Amino acid sequence: MGDPFGIIGRWLIDLVTGLGMEPGAALTLLRFLGAAILATVLLLACFFLIVAERKLLGRFQDRYGPNRVGPWGVFQTVADFVKLIGKEIVIPDGIDKPVYWLAPLLVVMSVVGIWAVVPFAPGFRGTDLNVGVLYIVSIGAIGTLGIIMAGWSSNNKFALLGAFRAVAQLVSYEIPMVLTLLIPTMLAGSMGVTAIVEAQKDLWFIAAAPLAAAVFLISSVAENGRAPFDLMEGESEIVAGFNIEYGGLAFGMFYVGEFLHAFTVGVLFSTLFLGGWRGPGAEAYPLLGLVYFFAKALAVWFLTIWVRGSFPRVRIDQLLALNWKFLTPLALVIVALTAVVDKMAAEQGWSQLLSLLAANAVLALVMFAVLGAYGRSVRRREEKLRGNAAALQAGSAR
Amino acid sequence: MIPLSWYLILSALLFCVGVFGVLARRNAIGILMGIELMLNAVNINLVAFWRYLTPGMIAGQVFTLIVFAVAASEAAVGLALIISIYRRRSTVVADEINLMKW
Amino acid sequence: MTVLQIVFLVTGLVTLLAGVMVVASPKLVHAALWLIVSLAGVAVLFVLLNANFLAVVQVVVYIGAIAILVIFAVMLTRRVMADSGPTHNPTWWLALVSALVLFGGLLALITQLPAFGATEAALPATDSLADLGTSLVDVNRYLVPFEVASVLLLAALVGAMAVARPAGEDEESGA
Repeated sequence: MGDPFGIIGRWLIDLVTGLGMEPGAALTLLRFLGAAILATVLLLACFFLIVAERKLLGRFQDRYGPNRVGPWGVFQTVADFVKLIGKEIVIPDGIDKPVYWLAPLLVVMSVVGIWAVVPFAPGFRGTDLNVGVLYIVSIGAIGTLGIIMAGWSSNNKFALLGAFRAVAQLVSYEIPMVLTLLIPTMLAGSMGVTAIVEAQKDLWFIAAAPLAAAVFLISSVAENGRAPFDLMEGESEIVAGFNIEYGGLAFGMFYVGEFLHAFTVGVLFSTLFLGGWRGPGAEAYPLLGLVYFFAKALAVWFLTIWVRGSFPRVRIDQLLALNWKFLTPLALVIVALTAVVDKMAAEQGWSQLLSLLAANAVLALVMFAVLGAYGRSVRRREEKLRGNAAALQAGSAR
Repeated sequence: MIPLSWYLILSALLFCVGVFGVLARRNAIGILMGIELMLNAVNINLVAFWRYLTPGMIAGQVFTLIVFAVAASEAAVGLALIISIYRRRSTVVADEINLMKW
Repeated sequence: MTVLQIVFLVTGLVTLLAGVMVVASPKLVHAALWLIVSLAGVAVLFVLLNANFLAVVQVVVYIGAIAILVIFAVMLTRRVMADSGPTHNPTWWLALVSALVLFGGLLALITQLPAFGATEAALPATDSLADLGTSLVDVNRYLVPFEVASVLLLAALVGAMAVARPAGEDEESGA
């Protein structure tokens, strides 16, 4: 079983050129076809991802998830989709029509576009950009644009406020994400995602850079807008935020984009830090590589759902303070430390893995010490305030 | 293939569109958008010259990166100034910000 | 007409038309969105010129940051959602004439270049991305402009924050 994807690709090209097309045009047509198939499969996969997430959340909350429609409720999202299509699309008055209808498209496009550079198996990927990592960041930036467009075109002050808050969150958390994306780049020597997976032959990058992986996961979850960072659509806060004026299928696109992004976060994390399709026997049997890829992505996706079901929502000021006062300085220090230690280990002949692990451990200890000192000073201030308030109360009661 | 002249003419056209924007717009932010168009035209020019004449020398791309950095800092400071002016004078129309005119 | 030529013509047309809409659109937010289309067109042109790192940086920096900043500034500098007053100067026809004259002058200049009709030179064997990276940190090459650009960005960061601070906070900072 040599290379099933190459075999299928060659068979398709032979089929199309056999029908009378020249090879260049045939290749372009097949590329477009591949992109269309990938996007369709992803959006269809959302049907099952969403219901799986709801059932998992239900189990975390000690209840069954949806279990009426279909065996174990697997067709619940299909039912939701039919309901969304059947809804009357209420178009608010005074909206900016082209911007209003373009916004959900941009948000979904920004998520589906990430899958173009992800390597599913050896030899099976959309395209091999040599700036793949930066491409992922740039496509994410387009999603931010879609959110502003949605908020502004809705002719609704609360939608605009929600969009402002959402964009503040997204733009802020891009920074630790970009900084920690530099770590696999440094360790692999290339920005191409395929090259990063190739470089994880002996060692998954999470072993060499656990802190960077943790910061990347946290900022990716925040970029996605999942709990505990789900201020963008917190129902108790701003009732659906920027997409409050969207109904029916347009809202469905925002919904699908968010859940697909959650799975995409798992895919990206597993590709960059957990070795992608790497596993025992993956080079010989590419289909096995595909299995490993999805297994790792689903494991990380389960982790994000677990976090979603366990933590309460943070406030907007806590959110931004966490990013600017903790994650960004930490990410900067991680990048500088990894660069220095990597080069020193190469020159002095130390083991790269051990020196990086040691540096990470030292940084983690320093980080906990600083956090502990900060926590103690905040607690002291609170005690003082409480003491003052109690003294005031006692004084006024006398 | 695509001769260099096409890129040069395109960037000259884009530059002139930007000049029109700077001269004709009343709103200060509109003027800034014209400036961004001009900077993009310059970038196209730089990269086209790099690609067609000296692809071995990386100076063209480095120059473009520096122009990116300059454009970003100028947009940031310019927009901060405009927002600050709006707070004081409640207007961003360039004609009405004329306290220092004689 | 090769495929690349068609792609270039379409992209160039889209970029120029979007640019014209930027400077002519009566609604400022629409002009900002057309600016994003124009910037995306320039990114595609960079890809055509084999400078794909610059194309991606263009999307991240210009579209992902500068354009969003422009949209925020447009929304924060108005009392109501709509534009008020005329959006173009009454002497806009003069601006059009001067832009056309400028274009004529530029055209006359660039047609005199010896390299005007040049076709693409061959790309070097190694990828330009690694060369770009090393040239920016090499002391003999472009380290100094790189460091000066980073100082400029730091100054812009501090300056923008200082300028955009709300007025009342200066008096309270001493308390």
